[in-house]
Amino acid sequence: MLAIRDLRAAYDGIEALRGVSLEVQAGAMVALVGANGAGKSTLLNCLSGIVPAAAGSVVFEGEDITRVSAHKIARRGLLHVPEGRQILVDLSVEENLRLGALAARQRARRETMDTVLALFPILKDKLRQQAGALSGGQQQMLAIGRALMGEPRMLLLDEPSLGLAPLVTDQVFAALRTLNAGGLTILLVEQNARRAFLSTSWAYLLDQGTIAKDGPSAALAQDAEVIARYLGHLAAGEG
Amino acid sequence: MIAQQLLNGLITGSVYALFALGFTLVFGTHKILNLAHGSVFMSGAFAAYFAVLNGLPLWFAMVLAMLCGGLVCYVIELAAFRPLRSRGQIEFAALIASIGANLMISSLAQRISNTKVLRFPFGTFPVQFYTVMGVRISLLQIVIVCVVAILLAGLLFYMYRTSFGRQVRAVSGNERAARLLGVSPNVVFFQTFFISGALAGMAGVLIGLSFNSIHFLMGEPYLLRAFVVVVLGGLGSITGAVVAGLLLGVIQTLTVAYLPTGLSDAIIFSLLFIILLVRPSGLFGSAITATAARRQ
Repeated sequence: MLAIRDLRAAYDGIEALRGVSLEVQAGAMVALVGANGAGKSTLLNCLSGIVPAAAGSVVFEGEDITRVSAHKIARRGLLHVPEGRQILVDLSVEENLRLGALAARQRARRETMDTVLALFPILKDKLRQQAGALSGGQQQMLAIGRALMGEPRMLLLDEPSLGLAPLVTDQVFAALRTLNAGGLTILLVEQNARRAFLSTSWAYLLDQGTIAKDGPSAALAQDAEVIARYLGHLAAGEG
Repeated sequence: MIAQQLLNGLITGSVYALFALGFTLVFGTHKILNLAHGSVFMSGAFAAYFAVLNGLPLWFAMVLAMLCGGLVCYVIELAAFRPLRSRGQIEFAALIASIGANLMISSLAQRISNTKVLRFPFGTFPVQFYTVMGVRISLLQIVIVCVVAILLAGLLFYMYRTSFGRQVRAVSGNERAARLLGVSPNVVFFQTFFISGALAGMAGVLIGLSFNSIHFLMGEPYLLRAFVVVVLGGLGSITGAVVAGLLLGVIQTLTVAYLPTGLSDAIIFSLLFIILLVRPSGLFGSAITATAARRQ
């Protein structure tokens, strides 16, 4: 579904991606794990066309999208839920969702809104409220719901658990697993490596702009080096 | 007497508001202070003048003025702002580029008009007065109020009830997030600049008709007032621009009527100064400051 070959990109003059290659199969839920500053967000921004690629290629569903502009990538069905949610705080919840339907165009279906509200029932009661008035967890659900309105073929998620209480994070991840079970391909960037390994089938480890390791998530979770570097004390604290 | 002055002030103010709306729309959405807005206003008045001169009916000349204003404004965006956008640091560079665009357009208008003041032919608009409860109101004033009200209602409908308006507000709130959702920035740029210019073009015709005077520098004083209106109302706020525009019109008319001439501008700008001391983001401000705060 998504194939990245030797992708290079600079962010703020720093070479953040130094030849990244990875692949996501259709229907898979894949984790991308790495320390702060490893280039995870830059990689997603590069895939969705926000950060231009310096070299390499991104192929989505057989078509090269390396130089395609961001809004056209979204309209092709590769939707990016950015870090920090980036909901439109001055617009109502409903307006945020309707805006999301823009990416769908000919794929748009009338019942999508109901599907999204069924997945995140909390949003249903808040349709008329300003999106900025929502709590962090609700904003994350809105950000995902808004992307789903675009009838995505594949979802890029950047740190969906950032700043959320564990219980809310559980809800968000449960929703993601439901979506994946329904056939949606997901690439998940997550700082909480343990949680990422638990909910995905395959994982890539990004280190200083290159893929350091990849393998089945369950195997990586047992890997001594990975445990030492990314799970460490986190592993002891959560479970 | 005071009721008469208030009415005159409100009508003048409604044109200020119309002019300032386009200015604030572009600033609120794209953070660009378009100092060529005055020349867009002037080009609308010119377009209407030449249309009327060629025997076209006034209503058609008004439509033409809006189209012309919209196009001129969009050309400014294409020629002056778009090349800068790819290089970043658009805010400051665009300010300077818009001064250049303003000079070019007004110089062109100066050539076209031979530096003369143009006047609509006699009888372009019927001079007719009505008296309602002791207050005199001209047919032109009634038309001005109606036109401004219709355009304002149209703008509000567009911004808050249509998908296009939603996209404009999305770009205004968070351009990157909007692009990730499939909003095409260029489509939004076309719409905001065109609408901004069309509103200014119509304001140009209304002012041209009110004073029956059209010249290549007619936009300058209005640009300065639009600045006051927009800062007073809160940068990027539609409600703010309307309220501040009306307020400015009333204050100006009253000071001209009751105080020595020449004091008017001094009073307006001192008032601006005082209001900004108390409310730095303007009467209805906070949109921009709040956005800035959120980004941190």
